[in-house]
Amino acid sequence: MTGSNPFANFVIVGERTNVTGSAKFRKLIEADDYAGALDVARQQVESGANVLDVNVDAALIDGPAAMRRFLNLIASEPDIAKIPLMIDSSKWEVIEAGLKCAQGKSIVNSISLKEGEEAFLHYARRVRRYGAAAVVMAFDEQGQADTTRRKIEICTRAYHLLVDHGFPPEDIIFDPNIFAVATGIEEHADYALAFFEATRIIRESLPHAHVSGGVSNVSFSFRGNEPVREAMHAVFLYHAIRAGMDMGIVNAGSLTLYDEVEPELRERVEDVLLNRRDDATERLLEFAETVKGGKKKDAARDLSWREKPVKERLAHALVHGINEFIVEDAEQARLEAERPLHVIEGPLMDGMSIVGDLFGAGKMFLPQVVKSARVMKQAVAHLIPYMEEEKERTGMAGKSNGKIVMATVKGDVHDIGKNIVGVVLQCNGYEIDDLGVMTPCEKILERAKEIGADAIGLSGLITPSLDEMVFVASEMERLGMNLPLLIGGATTSRTHTAVKIAPAYSGPTIYVPDASKAVPVVQKLLGDDRDALIAETKSDQGAARESYFSGQDKRPRLPLAKARQRAPKLDYAPVKPSFLGVRAFEHYPLEQLVPYIDWTPFFASWELMGRYPAILEDDIVGEAARNLYRDARAMLDQLVAEKWVTASGVVGFWPANRDGDDIVLWRDERRDGELARLHTLRQQMDKGEAKGNFALADFVAPEADYVGAFAVTAGIGEEEIAIRFKRANDDYSAIVAQALCDRLAEAFAEAMHAKVRRELWGYARDEALNYDDLIAEKYRGIRPAPGYPAQPDHTEKRTVFDLLDATARAGIGLTEGFAMTPPSSVSGLYFAHPQAEYFGVGKIDRDQVEDYARRKGWDVATAERWLAPILSYDPLLKRAG
Amino acid sequence: MNRAQRLAALNAELAKRILILDGSMGAYLQGFGLTTNDFHGTRFVEHPMSLKGDNDVLVLTQPETIAKVHEAYVAAGIDIVSTNTFNATRISQGEYALEDVVYEINVEAARLAREVCDRAEAQDGKPRAVAGSIGPTTKLLSMSPEVGDPGRRDADFDGMAKGYEEQVLGLIEGGADLLLIETVTDTLNAKSALWGAWEAFDRTGVELPLWISGTITDRSGRTLSGQTVEAFYSSVRHADPWAVGLNCALGPADMRAFLADLARVAECAVSAYPNAGLPNAMGGYDETPHSMEDHYAEWARAGLLNIAGGCCGTTPEHIEHMKHAVEGVAPRKIPVRDVRLKLAGLEPFTAAA
Repeated sequence: MTGSNPFANFVIVGERTNVTGSAKFRKLIEADDYAGALDVARQQVESGANVLDVNVDAALIDGPAAMRRFLNLIASEPDIAKIPLMIDSSKWEVIEAGLKCAQGKSIVNSISLKEGEEAFLHYARRVRRYGAAAVVMAFDEQGQADTTRRKIEICTRAYHLLVDHGFPPEDIIFDPNIFAVATGIEEHADYALAFFEATRIIRESLPHAHVSGGVSNVSFSFRGNEPVREAMHAVFLYHAIRAGMDMGIVNAGSLTLYDEVEPELRERVEDVLLNRRDDATERLLEFAETVKGGKKKDAARDLSWREKPVKERLAHALVHGINEFIVEDAEQARLEAERPLHVIEGPLMDGMSIVGDLFGAGKMFLPQVVKSARVMKQAVAHLIPYMEEEKERTGMAGKSNGKIVMATVKGDVHDIGKNIVGVVLQCNGYEIDDLGVMTPCEKILERAKEIGADAIGLSGLITPSLDEMVFVASEMERLGMNLPLLIGGATTSRTHTAVKIAPAYSGPTIYVPDASKAVPVVQKLLGDDRDALIAETKSDQGAARESYFSGQDKRPRLPLAKARQRAPKLDYAPVKPSFLGVRAFEHYPLEQLVPYIDWTPFFASWELMGRYPAILEDDIVGEAARNLYRDARAMLDQLVAEKWVTASGVVGFWPANRDGDDIVLWRDERRDGELARLHTLRQQMDKGEAKGNFALADFVAPEADYVGAFAVTAGIGEEEIAIRFKRANDDYSAIVAQALCDRLAEAFAEAMHAKVRRELWGYARDEALNYDDLIAEKYRGIRPAPGYPAQPDHTEKRTVFDLLDATARAGIGLTEGFAMTPPSSVSGLYFAHPQAEYFGVGKIDRDQVEDYARRKGWDVATAERWLAPILSYDPLLKRAG
Repeated sequence: MNRAQRLAALNAELAKRILILDGSMGAYLQGFGLTTNDFHGTRFVEHPMSLKGDNDVLVLTQPETIAKVHEAYVAAGIDIVSTNTFNATRISQGEYALEDVVYEINVEAARLAREVCDRAEAQDGKPRAVAGSIGPTTKLLSMSPEVGDPGRRDADFDGMAKGYEEQVLGLIEGGADLLLIETVTDTLNAKSALWGAWEAFDRTGVELPLWISGTITDRSGRTLSGQTVEAFYSSVRHADPWAVGLNCALGPADMRAFLADLARVAECAVSAYPNAGLPNAMGGYDETPHSMEDHYAEWARAGLLNIAGGCCGTTPEHIEHMKHAVEGVAPRKIPVRDVRLKLAGLEPFTAAA
């Protein structure tokens, strides 16, 4: 991305709120129209100003009063006040009045040696005490510096005076004076060159100091001729930035790029600025006559990029995720190219590599990247028929950076994360063969062989998937494969990969924590850095294993009997539910679920971290989050209105009581026929006498109590939507839709829980909670799900599903790995005890595993397999030893 | 031990471990059941306004009680005692018509705290510093008191700075070792406090380390005047603070994310002293000494802390548990100074180097 955006590190100081440069702003201040003045400020911020220059120096204006009033008003406009201020005046009392109204860290513009060292240091000290940075003008007792030598002399002297008196060098911003050129006066011909040269030397010789200037001064002779002025500013900035100027007071709304200046005009401007020929001024004046008037830009929707060459239009569309014109642009590029493939390998891949660089540099975020990928896919889709036709004709084919087979493993149905990783890799020129969800091991390995894959990527969300991944690894070993194996997904971890998966396979096994890491890992793996990455991974994994095994069993745990003695001593006052048995809710109104949506995890699924709604205003990811949120809300409205999916659920309550760490459910109130038995696990960590060791069974009374269970889904129809979008090469919308269904299912669980508390079970009829309280779960009772920390055993889901008859009544299935289908489903138990709370079982010892196996009717090995993630010991080691 | 020796010893400890600041004055004072008469004491019997609730005046009317609170915290093992001067400025005491004794309150409060610390230092030789507490006053410099008139201000920078200068002069006179500009809800108020402090330093020739602690008012992550944590830090960085931190408003759970933000950017020591949770329906606080302990332990292990203490609702028992929780955990490493230009409006803006 080097050189493509000259303004990347350039601080743009918006100049329109300066009465000396803007007649419009002056008139507003003079007329006391501060609302209008605020609009000008807002427009500067919206146009991308990083800092807002405020100057009210005019004959008819009471400077200190106007500065105070305007800054106080800005303080109450967060969309303006978010950016720092440049308090700009030639009068110290105006500057000081402004500083007393600015809570942030501002820039003072300016101080100088004009009145001598003593006054200069006095002002500098006060600037520092107000907590501001300072623009220092190249101005001394003799006057303003106009030659390179004088500029450097004054700035160097000022720098050392300031730094010697404790002024931080990074808070010094030199203004080496931008003067008008092409004035017809011969001495002015070198003014721009002197600025460039002085800038270069200042930046080289005065560490950490910055260089700024008022750019519009340079074109003063061309007042009234905006096209020429803009061209002069663009060319001036191009040279000044290359010399090291890193801040400038400019019209943030109309920054033109050097490359965008019409070549003949650019050359004439350059002749003037660089003083390249004697008749430069005449030639520019001559040209200026021809462009007077100029064109106006549409501020609302800037389509000027449409006028650029097709290659640049494609890059623009990719970087900005605009798919509106992509087919026509792809077609034009195809007609201009020798082969359709060249369009992909040329402009499209170039554009995507800009996207990749921006993503890598943290300047773009996943939702934007996935939108870029949508544009890419649609362009490619347009080209594919031509490529196939060419292939048939000539036998020529394209090449890719590598082929990767990706799959969610058998027993698991979650693939939002995997889809994102796939898209990101595709953007980088890898061919992705996505086998979808619930993919058996044989199918993955067969496909990899069949297409000659360069790597295999496995994904999974639920804990049983971890075992399946170990199985895939051991099969690859058995079959003598040597392909790199990539591991990702929510339950996977660096440690698990190192301890369990990598030892099963002698080929490279690499953990990929998120989509942003996928590209560098694959690039290294399929490129020249392969051996280095593999060696590094092996050594990291060795270290991870060592620390895992040495860390084992260090934390004190209690024998199961002791842990049971420390069960919390609770009082019970059971409440009878309004009905016993099972009740189904079909076609639950989607609009009633919307208010229960917890948006924070939605953003997390796009790797945008932060709490909703604060994330929308986040400094770094705010813009990406806002755009994503806007798209998601729009789709949600449509999804609800057009009933894209169906929400169904089932709820049941049964007489129950605890029996040790089990919960017995009875057929009816006679409590003599056992209907089912739920098994719970007890915390064994030693938390001290005072704190209880919890098991879910503790929340049920030893007699005459009740428990509930539920299963809800908002995903019936979800798969079809995703397929529909993917067919249209719109993975972005497919992923948004899946993530929305996932949120709706959670919202459904939350809504149903509220209904249960207030009505169906009815133990909290008067409950009144707002959104925040709901999200923070500030209510009585819990709804833990099997497979989560309070009961990590997924197999308990089978009991819950059988009790509810969830498949028949709500259309929710269970895979052999106990994942629910559709994936946007939630199930769990209801406990009403006032002290019921969520907890994590933590690691458990072998004594509890044996006890649990007995209760479940399993052998110990089966229990160890299902409880693998929470074992405090390694069963293989124990048996060997 | 004089001030210079004490500060040197304190800084040596700061490099080695997490220092402990005291907890709330108010929560503990409540236990004494002070009456209106107690607030007035013998000195203000004739005072025309009720002084009940003016905790700061107690250093003049009930000094033994205030000393007892300091002693309880010293017994809990703190390194730093904060003076009972949170509202001891002209603006805030104006609400009780006590402008005339502001200077005296500050002198006495600092002296009282210093005496308690001196006794402890004499016993075991360990340094205990007195931080002069400087609150935000009852006025805001960046916000209008009236929604309909956003440009209005009911205080000005110079007047407020003058009031702070008087407070700091009193604190210096009474023997404070540090200045703690705390519960910063409006950074412009804090800037005027810094201005006042520097004026006082210029006048006395005594310069105390500056400690600035902001308040994030809710989960939006902003100060009352709208700044993010990093913007707040960039706006007070010119003071070369001895420490910066966050306190009040939030309980430890909600403060965590913002503390992490601050710990990431601060180029000096970082302090945190949250409330004991959010005020509950009964006006009390829900976090127990036990539950607070876990948060502090996690913060310390995550490398976010150099100084830990408690704000509203915390008691010596909370502090004792907190001390236990952070004991033996290495303090946050202080990063080298960033040489980039760091500007701020409500949001931070950092220019490339």
